[in-house]
Amino acid sequence: MIWELFLEPFAQFGFMRRAMLGCVAIAVGATPVGVFLMLRRMSLTGDAMAHAILPGAAVGFLISGLSLGAMTIGGLVAGMLVALASGFVSRMTALKEDASLAAFYLISLALGVLIVSTRGSNVDLMHVLFGTVLALDNAALILLCSIASLSILVLAILFRPLVLECADPQFLRSVSRLSAVTHLTFLCLVVANLVAGFHALGTLMAVGIMILPAAGARFWTDSIGGLLTLAMGIAILSSFSGLLLSYHYSLPSGPAIILVAGILYAISLIIGPVGGLIAQNRPRKRTAS
Amino acid sequence: MISRRLLLTTALVAASATLPASVQADEPIKVVATFSILGDMVGVIGGDAIELTTLVGPQGDAHVYSPTPQAAAAVSDADVLVINGLEFEGWLERLMEAASFDGKLVVATDGIEAIAYDDHDDHDAHGHDDHAEHKHDDHGHEDHAEHKHDEHGHDDHAHGEEKHDDHAGHDDHAGHNHGAFDPHAWLSPTLAMTYVDNIAAGLAHAAPEGASAFYENRAAYSAELETLNADITAMMAALPEDRRTVVTSHDAFQYFARDYGLTFMAPQGLSTESEASAKDVAELIEFMRAEGISAVFVENIADGRLLEQIATETGAGIGGTLFPGALSKEDGPAATYLDLMRHNAATIAGVLGS
Repeated sequence: MIWELFLEPFAQFGFMRRAMLGCVAIAVGATPVGVFLMLRRMSLTGDAMAHAILPGAAVGFLISGLSLGAMTIGGLVAGMLVALASGFVSRMTALKEDASLAAFYLISLALGVLIVSTRGSNVDLMHVLFGTVLALDNAALILLCSIASLSILVLAILFRPLVLECADPQFLRSVSRLSAVTHLTFLCLVVANLVAGFHALGTLMAVGIMILPAAGARFWTDSIGGLLTLAMGIAILSSFSGLLLSYHYSLPSGPAIILVAGILYAISLIIGPVGGLIAQNRPRKRTAS
Repeated sequence: MISRRLLLTTALVAASATLPASVQADEPIKVVATFSILGDMVGVIGGDAIELTTLVGPQGDAHVYSPTPQAAAAVSDADVLVINGLEFEGWLERLMEAASFDGKLVVATDGIEAIAYDDHDDHDAHGHDDHAEHKHDDHGHEDHAEHKHDEHGHDDHAHGEEKHDDHAGHDDHAGHNHGAFDPHAWLSPTLAMTYVDNIAAGLAHAAPEGASAFYENRAAYSAELETLNADITAMMAALPEDRRTVVTSHDAFQYFARDYGLTFMAPQGLSTESEASAKDVAELIEFMRAEGISAVFVENIADGRLLEQIATETGAGIGGTLFPGALSKEDGPAATYLDLMRHNAATIAGVLGS
């Protein structure tokens, strides 16, 4: 029974194993980034960045077709340009980061749509932009795992300044010039993980697997270590259940995975002990803490 | 014949009432076709007497087209707008409204015997049996239609369904843009004759003075379609019974399958827009293993990544590229409708027959 429901699909089909490995890679790479995005109140930055990547990937696609390399490089370049430009503007001018990010991603998006249209081809761009986790080939898997490893490594190095920035950005900015470097490197990590995510789930759903587990984990713990592990766990659990739902009930896999993550978020939101709906509205508990 | 002449004269009278006759004769009428295959047919029928604009060009996917202002302008100026129908061009209605189109609308699939969508609901392993069943009574068109309506009604659940028990996938098809029928009817040369009949009649209606030329072109083209049909029939008849299953990226070939006694399977549904589920993919892989299918076919305008992955997993090779819904560029193997059909047939027969 358990074997049939949970393990047989993976034992029997290579594409299921590949899908799961791809999802684990994304979970390990993207969710810690999502945790920091959330802690820095930049959750929507992920969404904006996904839009910024889209035209880059589309341009890469138009130049050399469905080539993993071209689309990855296109996405990385477009995303990083937007990240760097908006970081630069927010630090050098009076405009705040959210506004400058919005401005740049809109420019990037418009540019991408323009380029795609002038090329006159209507070849199914949606498929480029909504990749499917069921079609991961070796090259895509290697890319996913590399980005996840890189992401973990960089996060380990930047851990301290990142935590400091979350707690007190003004303080870090006043004592160290590392603040800007940290911030921009972090944004580049966001871009890299989103690019990895769009190969597996498509750009927009990549944001989902980045943010939803982090937001859900927030209702269970306050510690950063706890948040990181729990978010990863939620992401992996969502991927596993989502894939199985897709397998047993014939649902499209990307949305299934994200919806499971969404359900886990909703459950956490209600019963989570740290600031969840129930915990938050119990008056005695509130005065005690 | 009488009615046509009557129609012709009325149309002429009506036309001469609004326009000076000289302008009518010199100016080619403006015709808009929605996608490349239709455009090719309209071009052949219309010849020099029309000025043709094709909205979705070669290598373009009409499933997911988003119209440009030029498209709206072309539609707004058009005397005749030729569409496939069967809800293939989901974006068209809004475009026609926005462009306030007031010319003659030609629906190329008018009057064809469309394949109901539910018949081919499951393009996965179950689909196989259904097809085989249909094939036997395929000769009589009437017969076939009846059979379908029956099944569509109540009997449907009585027989076919017990093996579909676990098939919860019916609702995932609701997301398609397509309506109740498979729109890819041009992939049958016999139905393509209906296409050109409709096109010729539509053009003649809009430009009565060119009518004889249109009907001549239609007759010549129909003869070519006849030959095409005979050639493909011969090609497919030569295939052994156990090698008549073709695996492609999306479910576009039902009419072709019906005409030539083949079975087509795809991980993706009727529209290129839908997303495959793990279950669809798993069933297709199991089926391919069981049947020993040795090659899959990618399509010119669909994403081949999923299919390539399936091929790798089953050890099948890539048999070639098919062109279901769009012509290739001019130097490609499927620059016209006739080339497209011949290329598809030759590619399939070459692999299955080897």
